[in-house]
Amino acid sequence: MNLTGRARPVADPAGRLVARSGLPTGASPRWEPPVTPLLDVRGVDKSFGPVQVLHEAALSVHPGEVTALVGDNGAGKSTLIKCLGGILPMDAGDVLFEGRPVRVSGPRDAAELGIEIVHQDFALCDNLSVAENMFLGRERRRGLVLDEADMERRAAQALAALSIRTVGSVRRPVGSLAGGQRQSVAIARAMLWGSRVVVLDEPTASLGLAHAQQVLEAARKLADRGLAVVLISHNMNDVFSVADRITALFLGRTVAQVRASEVTHTQVVELITSGRVTPTL
Amino acid sequence: MSIRTNKEAAVKVAANLADSGFAADRREQTLGTALTDYWTRVRSGDLGSLPAILGLVALVTLFTVLRPETFLSKGNIANLFVQALPVTILALGLVFVLLLGEIDLSAGVASGVCAAVMAKLIVEAGQPWFVAVAAALVTGLVIGTAIGALVSLVRIPSFVVTLALFLGLQGITLRLIGDGGTVPVRDDVVVALANRNMPIWLGWVLALVCVAGFAAVELLRHQRQRKRGLAGRPFGVTAARITVLAVAVLGGTYLLSLNRAATPSFDLRGVPWGVPLVALLVVVCTFVLGRTVYGRHVYAVGGNAEAARRAGINVTWIRMSVFMIGSFLAALSGIVLASRLNSVTPDLGANTTLLYAVGAAVIGGTSLFGGKGRAHDALLGGLVIATIDNGLGLLGAKAYANMLITGLVLLFAASIDALARRRRAATGR
Ligand SMILES: Nc1ncnc2c1ncn2[C@@H]1O[C@H](COP(=O)(O)OP(=O)(O)OP(=O)(O)O)[C@@H](O)[C@H]1O
Ligand SMILES: [Mg+2]
Repeated sequence: MNLTGRARPVADPAGRLVARSGLPTGASPRWEPPVTPLLDVRGVDKSFGPVQVLHEAALSVHPGEVTALVGDNGAGKSTLIKCLGGILPMDAGDVLFEGRPVRVSGPRDAAELGIEIVHQDFALCDNLSVAENMFLGRERRRGLVLDEADMERRAAQALAALSIRTVGSVRRPVGSLAGGQRQSVAIARAMLWGSRVVVLDEPTASLGLAHAQQVLEAARKLADRGLAVVLISHNMNDVFSVADRITALFLGRTVAQVRASEVTHTQVVELITSGRVTPTL
Repeated sequence: MSIRTNKEAAVKVAANLADSGFAADRREQTLGTALTDYWTRVRSGDLGSLPAILGLVALVTLFTVLRPETFLSKGNIANLFVQALPVTILALGLVFVLLLGEIDLSAGVASGVCAAVMAKLIVEAGQPWFVAVAAALVTGLVIGTAIGALVSLVRIPSFVVTLALFLGLQGITLRLIGDGGTVPVRDDVVVALANRNMPIWLGWVLALVCVAGFAAVELLRHQRQRKRGLAGRPFGVTAARITVLAVAVLGGTYLLSLNRAATPSFDLRGVPWGVPLVALLVVVCTFVLGRTVYGRHVYAVGGNAEAARRAGINVTWIRMSVFMIGSFLAALSGIVLASRLNSVTPDLGANTTLLYAVGAAVIGGTSLFGGKGRAHDALLGGLVIATIDNGLGLLGAKAYANMLITGLVLLFAASIDALARRRRAATGR
């Protein structure tokens, strides 16, 4: 294993990476005092009927950092973030927000905590316009009446801030947009709410190169602004270019929560495919 | 985002909007571009009110040619309006249900039960009209709540729930009225709904209020969009919309204000009382669907229920509420129908009633697939259906032909809906 120039991860006898946030790894210069994560989910179990999809899965996200959540297809990444977003009820597990235990029993609870999720399937209503989608469930109004003009203006701002200009009009029905444009709308919606935690479930999957780069930069910018960002991705280059931490899921189990600087490309791939790192050397 | 970042974004937005940014939101529309836009929308399957208007023109032409003396007579035009009242109200309720992609097959017979409740209370319990009408409306709400609960909580498909109620509610009406029975409705207020006319002056006042209100709303919107620098309809289109509505409303009022009595010694003129009722309902429903958070959520659930749920919308409640609105309006429709027929029979609201109402909503432009439809669809479609019914009556069509034609009209409307939807999918709208 090539560990040149990188701090060596700590492996337990089973070969599992056990490094956690700020875990001192010898004389690593990157040692930091442990801090409470902004959002910390632990011991999440989730079954669909007889099939248990998550087994005591865990995920910690820190403000000002991008945490990459990686794992093979069907590892349970989307399920885990749906659980923490209150979209799926979890069978067991704890959610700590700023160290305080909280209950997230619905999407509204998550929104109140400031958790925004960009879903893998975008979760947009095709029959509504771009602006209407971006404010769905949180419409602005004056008295009884919807304040369309205000919502359209803010939606255009959010899209412009992401340098998304291909949408053309915020009044276009989302159904008439191409895949990448829909994804952009979903991302802009999450950013609009300027929350504290932004979860991006494979946000670059249907984007062109330039645009994917923009989204990654936007994720980085959000983190630099102090938000906690979770990025789900299958692309290791993307992961290593923006992530501070990496959490790996394997068959519904969290097999590693490490700093990106502590692992190599190959090790992460190994974690994804086999759930463990072969203790070579 | 914090206020600060919003401000940053605002600065950026000014720069971005200036170039290609959201050019389409800023582009000054002209009458020409507005027409091309409309034509593009129609071609891509977003037909709007076009089928209903074309259908209405075609039917009026057809029946005028076939029955030149009677069809366009003053008396028949008034008749046509009154005929359109109950079907429009019923269709209005169905628009809400159809917007979620659900169906209420029991809406027609629910109107029958509610009318029966009202008639029995007036005739047999001697209650005043307002008590009877309130009881009928509450009955509608109860039926709607039951359907809504079974659909949204138990999650039985609405098709099955309302098919069961279709039979069950007819049983209740039969039990209330008795086999072959008739309960006459003679209460002045109830009878007046479909059989009496407003004073001429009141008709004109309401018509003018209606036109002025519409013009004010349109002009205000135009002005506000101008002020905020958002693109809106060009003034020509706004003016045209106001003109069309004014011609329709004032023209209708004029026709209904002419003496339409068969014998010259009689004086029969004025707008029937039911017309402003329907107008009010359409205005309220348009407002609710287009301007309120509730309406927005109805469209959202109809478009993508899971996305709506993830956005924190209470999907269960929205599902439940549309059935409540549907059955409430069905009750109102039953009251108007009873008024028009001057009686309640066990088959009130049965037979073609529901088919007519679904047909009206769909012809008007409401999709059976959910997520698409407006309140005025019910009005336009209701007029089309009433014209068909009225014209076939004048032609002396036999009952079998009537049924056949009604069935075909519904299938035709549903085909347009399905084809337009495919067209929208193909062109990505
Ligand atoms: N609603 C559901 N009902 C039943 N099984 C489900 C459901 N949602 C997910 N699963 C199952 O749970 C497992 C994890 O799915 P999940 O979508 O979380 O994977 P993922 O890690 O996001 O994969 P991908 O990278 O392909 O998006 C899969 O085996 C999937 O089949
Ligand atoms: Mg996934």
